[in-house]
This record gives sequence, structure tokens and C-alpha cells, in this order.
Amino acid sequence: MSQSNQAAAVDHHVHRDDVGAKMGMWLFLFTEVLLFGGMFLAYAVYRFQYPDQFKLAALELDTTMGTLNTIILLTSSLTMALSILALQKKNKFLSIINLVLTIFFAFGFMVNKYFEWSSKFSHDLYPGSETMLNKQDGEIVFFGLYYIMTGLHGLHIIIGIVILLFMLVFVSRGSVTHDNYVKLENSGLYWHLVDLIWIFLFPLFYLIH
Amino acid sequence: MHQEETNHHSTGYGTYILVWLALIALTSITVTVAGIDFGMVALAIAMLIAAIKSALVINIFMHIKYEEPIFKVFLLVSGFTIVVIFVLTFLDVVNR
Repeated sequence: MSQSNQAAAVDHHVHRDDVGAKMGMWLFLFTEVLLFGGMFLAYAVYRFQYPDQFKLAALELDTTMGTLNTIILLTSSLTMALSILALQKKNKFLSIINLVLTIFFAFGFMVNKYFEWSSKFSHDLYPGSETMLNKQDGEIVFFGLYYIMTGLHGLHIIIGIVILLFMLVFVSRGSVTHDNYVKLENSGLYWHLVDLIWIFLFPLFYLIH
Repeated sequence: MHQEETNHHSTGYGTYILVWLALIALTSITVTVAGIDFGMVALAIAMLIAAIKSALVINIFMHIKYEEPIFKVFLLVSGFTIVVIFVLTFLDVVNR
């Protein structure tokens, strides 16, 4: 696919390197993996150190909410992939529909996150709160990791929404098309990475019993 | 201009929907299994399921299966780096 991509570019005497663009995106994704990897490492070490306190603290998290958000994010990954495929098949309308759905799911995820965090805050469970400071060390660390990791992940969702809104404009206007879609493809790669990180965050925070 | 032809044989809408169904099924399994008390094995099961889900997302949604070998090399190098960091850290943590 990539080679013919380039061939298409050469045919039209356009200077474009889609393989290079994708390589650059993958390299960026690896820096992201290392960023979150460091946090997962901290999680692993502290969970090893305080296994029981982690279990105790995790009971406070809402598994239903976490499961719902997992399903939302997995579905948004599907619509993202479908959007790219539809554009490749010259079905611009279907591509736009799926892109809109992806953005819609991303918002849904953040709305759930908002309710989830609000409920934690109303129970006085946030870093530095009185209830929190009276907890054991392991529980404090668990909540610290929970807020920083799901928070950074949420930030990535928000950035993803902005990127996808740009893509929506590009596809609608026709600057991202069936024979020049590497921007949409790279946005998709980013979006799937955000999904991948959640695939690990979900069992590690919500499913410890 | 020829790019969509080469894409047809690799993935279609159906493939993506099947992968999505598999991902949802795996999510249900991991949630159900978490409700049962498997003790020490629980974490291993949860991570195994997460790894299978990741493999599906990376190979199909992120197209790695159909990319040139250099992309797979990238992936292996970064995966290996993460594993080395984890192993070395735990060699320290466990032996304190």
C-alpha cells in the first residue's frame, strides 16, 4: 500500500512521502509509550510494595463506569478505522459519518470521566484532601497514580478531539482525500494508541479485587 | 491512485467489525474473571487479556500486520526497551 502511495505521489509530481510521515508518527508514538511506560513502572513497583492497600483503594473506583468507558473507547477505535477505510474506498460521506461518531464517543468518554471524578471529589477523595491524607501510604499512592495516569490519558483524549475536528474539516473540504489520506491515517494511529493505553489502565485500576 | 486496490485484500469493513466484537468480548471476559477470586493469577490473566486486545488493535486497527518490515522492527525495539526497563527495575525492587 505504502509503495503504491508513493507511486501515486510521483505520478502527479507531488513531493510527498507517506511512508516517512507514518514512520515519524510511529516514532512519536514510542515516545508516548515511554512516557506512560514510566508511570506503569511506578504503578508496578508500588503495587508490588503495597498489594493489599492497592486492592483496598481500588474498591473505591466504579467498575461499571470503567467498563462503560472501555466499551466507548473501543467503539471509537472501530469508527476511526472505518473512517479511514471508507475514505480509501472513496466513500467520503461514510468517512465523515464515522469521524463524527469517533468525536462523539470521545466526548462521551470525557463526560463519563467528569462524572467519575466529580463523584470522587464529592467523597473528598482527591490528592491532598483530608480523607486522603488519613489513608495508608499505599492507598495515597494508588489514588495519586490513578489521578495522574487517567488524567494524562484524558488530556490525550482532549488533544485527540482537537486533532479529529481538524481532520473533519480537512476531509469535508477535500484536502484529505482517497489518494492523500496520510494525515487521517496518522491521526488514527494516535487515536488507537490512546485506546491501547486505556486497555491497560482499565484492568490495572478498576479490576483489582 | 492504486492504493485502495492494495487495501481491499487486506481489510474490509467486516474485518474491523469482527475485531471490535472480539475486543468487546475480551472486555466482558476480563470484567467477569475479575469478579472471581483467582488470587495471584488474577493479575496475570488480566494482563494476558490486555495483551491480546493490544495485539488486535496494533495488528488490525493500526495496520502493523500490513506494513513494511521496518515498522515491525520499530515496534519490537520499543517493546523490548520497555521489557528491559521493567525487568531491570524489578531485579532491584525484588532484591531489596
